[in-house]
Amino acid sequence: MNIMSYLIRGLATGGQFALVAIGYTMVYGILKLINFAHGELFMVSGILMIYIVADLPTLPIWLAIALMVVLTVFIGFLIEKFAYSPLRSAPRMSVMISAIGVSYLLQNLVSYVTGGLSKQFPDIPVIGESVRFLGVKDKLTVFLSPVIALVLMVILVLIINHTKFGMSMRAVSKDFETSQLMGIKINRVISITFAIGAFLAATGSILYFAKNTGINHLSGANPGLKAFIAAVVGGIGSVPGAVVGALIIGVVESLAKAFGLADFSDVISFALLIIILVVKPTGIFGEKTTEKV
Amino acid sequence: MWNKNKRLISNLIFVGALLLTLVCIELFAPPTSMWFSVLRKVCTFSLAAVSMNLLNGFTGLFSLGQAGFMLLGAYTYAILTIPVEMRSNVFRNYGDSVINFQMPLVPALILAGLIAAFFAFLIGLPVLRLKSDYLAIATLGFAEIVRGLVQLQNFGPVTNGPDPINMFTAPKNIMAYVAISGISILIIILIINSTYGRAFKAIRDDEIAAEAMGINLAHHKRLSFIISSFFCGVSGAMMAMCNTSVSSVSFTSAMTYQILLVVVIGGIGSVSGSIIAAFIFYASSEWWLKFLDLETFTASGSKVPLLGPGFRMVVFSVLIMIIVLFFRKGIMGTREISVYDGLMKIRSLFKGKQAVKEEK
Repeated sequence: MNIMSYLIRGLATGGQFALVAIGYTMVYGILKLINFAHGELFMVSGILMIYIVADLPTLPIWLAIALMVVLTVFIGFLIEKFAYSPLRSAPRMSVMISAIGVSYLLQNLVSYVTGGLSKQFPDIPVIGESVRFLGVKDKLTVFLSPVIALVLMVILVLIINHTKFGMSMRAVSKDFETSQLMGIKINRVISITFAIGAFLAATGSILYFAKNTGINHLSGANPGLKAFIAAVVGGIGSVPGAVVGALIIGVVESLAKAFGLADFSDVISFALLIIILVVKPTGIFGEKTTEKV
Repeated sequence: MWNKNKRLISNLIFVGALLLTLVCIELFAPPTSMWFSVLRKVCTFSLAAVSMNLLNGFTGLFSLGQAGFMLLGAYTYAILTIPVEMRSNVFRNYGDSVINFQMPLVPALILAGLIAAFFAFLIGLPVLRLKSDYLAIATLGFAEIVRGLVQLQNFGPVTNGPDPINMFTAPKNIMAYVAISGISILIIILIINSTYGRAFKAIRDDEIAAEAMGINLAHHKRLSFIISSFFCGVSGAMMAMCNTSVSSVSFTSAMTYQILLVVVIGGIGSVSGSIIAAFIFYASSEWWLKFLDLETFTASGSKVPLLGPGFRMVVFSVLIMIIVLFFRKGIMGTREISVYDGLMKIRSLFKGKQAVKEEK
């Protein structure tokens, strides 16, 4: 295999992680919460897809995907309503613990339903087909992932910067209380943020699991952690930052494999994380904040 | 003065009674009893939780590197206590172990702590400058790096690469676990009540105010981080003894989250809370809720719905969510257990408030 194929696969994983990373970064931007359950939501959406296809074999695949996305968004919404919104006035630590609790619950729930076994992700037409591009032969999802990630990112940035809802999102992330006083319905903004995050995670999960087809209850942990690192490397709170960070992480890990350091790839991305944090604690695109006494 | 002594004495009596109960369990419980495995685990994780509490609850440094330090401790302990004649067998994939001596238990334990503390010192130099979440992320990253490095083939002669290490000294006796954990926790309590402990608490409550009062932030933060990691290393060594086998796959960030849950359930900033929570956490997840995993049939022969493999953990995580959402301060809050105060409270229930007041 040549460098090109590693580069393309790296960009693909990067694109898939980017979609998850945007969810982390948006929630952090607004609630200052590291949403540990996001990786598990990613895994749950993959599992949902498997069960929808298995239980409703007559359903056209596109409808199945739509149903899965809707269910994932609904679960994301429920998590926010039940686990995070009651803790709105609690210290940030409590909310984070609640997020850990949710991720624990989702893992155990999926493990109970699947019996802890690995399940096979269904074949998705079109994106699951093999194609040859730039001399690399792989599933279409590999070539499509970074493109989809970039397109969704651009749409999201346009929404955030140019719509009224985007303006309220920016306001809430700047200052919770003041924006509430200005008449912004913060609960609605937060719910929609979670819904967008869940939608992107669901999209990411289709792209990711179409390539890596085995899913068990722990499948969300690694992509979740990587996407989270990506969000931090890019500057947590910034949407383009999350995408850039994810692409960097994806490519770096893939290149590490290309140079025969496959065992080392995790170590390299975590080392990158620590270096970025130490050199520029707020990440590549992060804004500098100063603490007031 | 008398009141303080009364508190101390009644607490000592309580601890003594607890120890006596443990000895009784050790002597009289049937060898197959769940008490043994659960108590070993409880001792290990209460030390891990208390050391995490020292950092998170008493110094206000939010670190998620516990799994990494525990791994360092576990590996150090395991590698040093394999009997010499077993070494070539354990390290058969890598020729032989580079270390060719066996250490007694206690020095190996201390060394396990020291190695973890040394790495804490190294990693603390850059990362302790980071604030709140960023510190948590960086330490989490550190733990994952350690886990990745230990598995490398190149370190095979030292760490046995990705293969588990076993055959090392592992006491079966629960009193050994109680002693290690008890002494370590006692030292932590003494540290918390010393001037250093007060400085830690000042940093937790307000960094800027603490600095203004003349507390050297960098020095105290580093100290707290190193002490906490030392005991994390010791608890990692205890975990190695518990499992009688060490493998890097068990030291995931999920384990750190588990310890964090124990700390939070017990109350952030309460040593006794952490211990109680560790007991409840591991006793219920591994023992009391076990029946939920079995497919049970009612007297009439129909199957009880929902029960089956894995259901225990679902119930358990729902319970955790309930505690997290509705009992935010945990079992103890920031208070410590005090038998004397408890007795006084009970007495006031019987006598009515007036009588107790007059007596004072």
